Amino acid sequence: MVSNGKMIREKNLTIWQKAYIPEIFKGLRLTISQIFKPTFTYSYPEERFKPEPSFRGRPVLVQENGVERCVACGLCSRVCPALAIEVQASETELEKERYPIKFEINMVRCIFCGFCEEVCPEEAIVMSNEYELVFTSQEEAVFGKDKLLKSTEELKDRLEFLRNHR
Amino acid sequence: MDNVFLISVIKFVTYVAVVLLAVIILGWVERRISAFMQNRLGPNRVGPQGVLQIFVDVIKLLLKEDIVPKNAYKPIHDLAPIISIAVALSTFAVIPIGNTIELFGSQVKLMIADVNVGILYMLSITSLGVYGVTLAGWSSNSKYSLLGGLRSSAQMISYELSMGLSVIGVLMISGTLRLDQIVLHQARYLGGWLPAWNIFLQPVACITFVVAAFAETNRLPFDLPEAEPELVGGYHTEYSGLKWGLFMLAEYANVITASAVITTLFLGGWHLPYVEGLGLPAFTLSILQVLTFCVKLLLVILFFMLVRWTIPRFRYDQLMRLGWKVMLPLTIANVLVTGLVLLVI
Repeated sequence: MVSNGKMIREKNLTIWQKAYIPEIFKGLRLTISQIFKPTFTYSYPEERFKPEPSFRGRPVLVQENGVERCVACGLCSRVCPALAIEVQASETELEKERYPIKFEINMVRCIFCGFCEEVCPEEAIVMSNEYELVFTSQEEAVFGKDKLLKSTEELKDRLEFLRNHR
Repeated sequence: MDNVFLISVIKFVTYVAVVLLAVIILGWVERRISAFMQNRLGPNRVGPQGVLQIFVDVIKLLLKEDIVPKNAYKPIHDLAPIISIAVALSTFAVIPIGNTIELFGSQVKLMIADVNVGILYMLSITSLGVYGVTLAGWSSNSKYSLLGGLRSSAQMISYELSMGLSVIGVLMISGTLRLDQIVLHQARYLGGWLPAWNIFLQPVACITFVVAAFAETNRLPFDLPEAEPELVGGYHTEYSGLKWGLFMLAEYANVITASAVITTLFLGGWHLPYVEGLGLPAFTLSILQVLTFCVKLLLVILFFMLVRWTIPRFRYDQLMRLGWKVMLPLTIANVLVTGLVLLVI
């Protein structure tokens, strides 16, 4: 046992502990008992990990009543440390007056820091619980609005979590 | 004469097929059991419960490119894995897996080579095993391989002494070098009920022999020749493809052989206690004895695996201190005490 850089040896061992062999059998008993305990493994494709609401998966845009909440202020794009987000604003007849005509997140660049979610004044971009991100090309990894939009019902858990913890 | 030759051929072919298959299956058993001990699942995808996983692995190894380092000494680099596997498999030849059995109208001894110096043969063949490891380390021309090879030669030679000396105790009480006679000697009862297995007659020799067997097979508490954190892969760092696979097979073959020797010398071999009085037919009894041997063998192998995940690796100086300062005096004392007791009785 090493502590404070000094070797410490247990001095008051009993004769059984010094003989070492009974201690080995104690260890073996522990190892055997582990065999019958349940395993922690997820058999992945059949059995999937369901993340908690606090999990930071891929960022998505919140869609409320068929329209995205985003007002294309561009704050997320400015705060993104990996420069993964690109926003292009345009005007709309709706009350919010502005909307993103183009909203792209490059998922190869994204580092899942969640700054975009934190900085967003409209709660329009949040981190989802999706973690299966596989691409076969660079182009495929750039997610446009079609892939980013998600309804409030789907994101209920995360939105609730954000309200309670911010 | 022809009949004897035919029976020898049958025995040999069966032996090679069964042991090689067992070696391959053992690779899967070890991975699965290790996984359970660590609360994991282990390979369970290929075939039922993943049994075929290890066959797939062997096919992969066969298809891999065989890379030989530029400065390696190629003839010996090729020879070393062959020595390892040949030595590991040939020890099994003298192990009796059962008593005599009636086949084709003649009594057949269930061992391949019925040599009268069985124990000597076993000890000398296991001591050849060190050549495979040492030559592999030396011929690879890499410092990690060389260190692994050197360590293993020092370790195996140190522990061979206590291995041989602990066998002497068994030798003295049974008075023969023939392994089948040693098993027959154990097929008695002490005080009418306790089987006279050498584990009860020679407990100290049993413990020292098992420890020495662990050191000889380079299994975990003593696997310094391939200690990953220090030596990359040890003596087989520079091996790839099938040659590496042969080293892996040799390791498992060594485990099987060592377990078989432990079973034969200390656990009564094929002796199944308390069935002699039941009056079973001879053939049934023979089959039962072979099964008994297999079960005992399996239990010892499982013990090897249990120890692997229980006891951490020894430091090199601890290994040498245990070998020379504890094991050697203990075995010599055991021989002396056994001699005295035999003199008094």
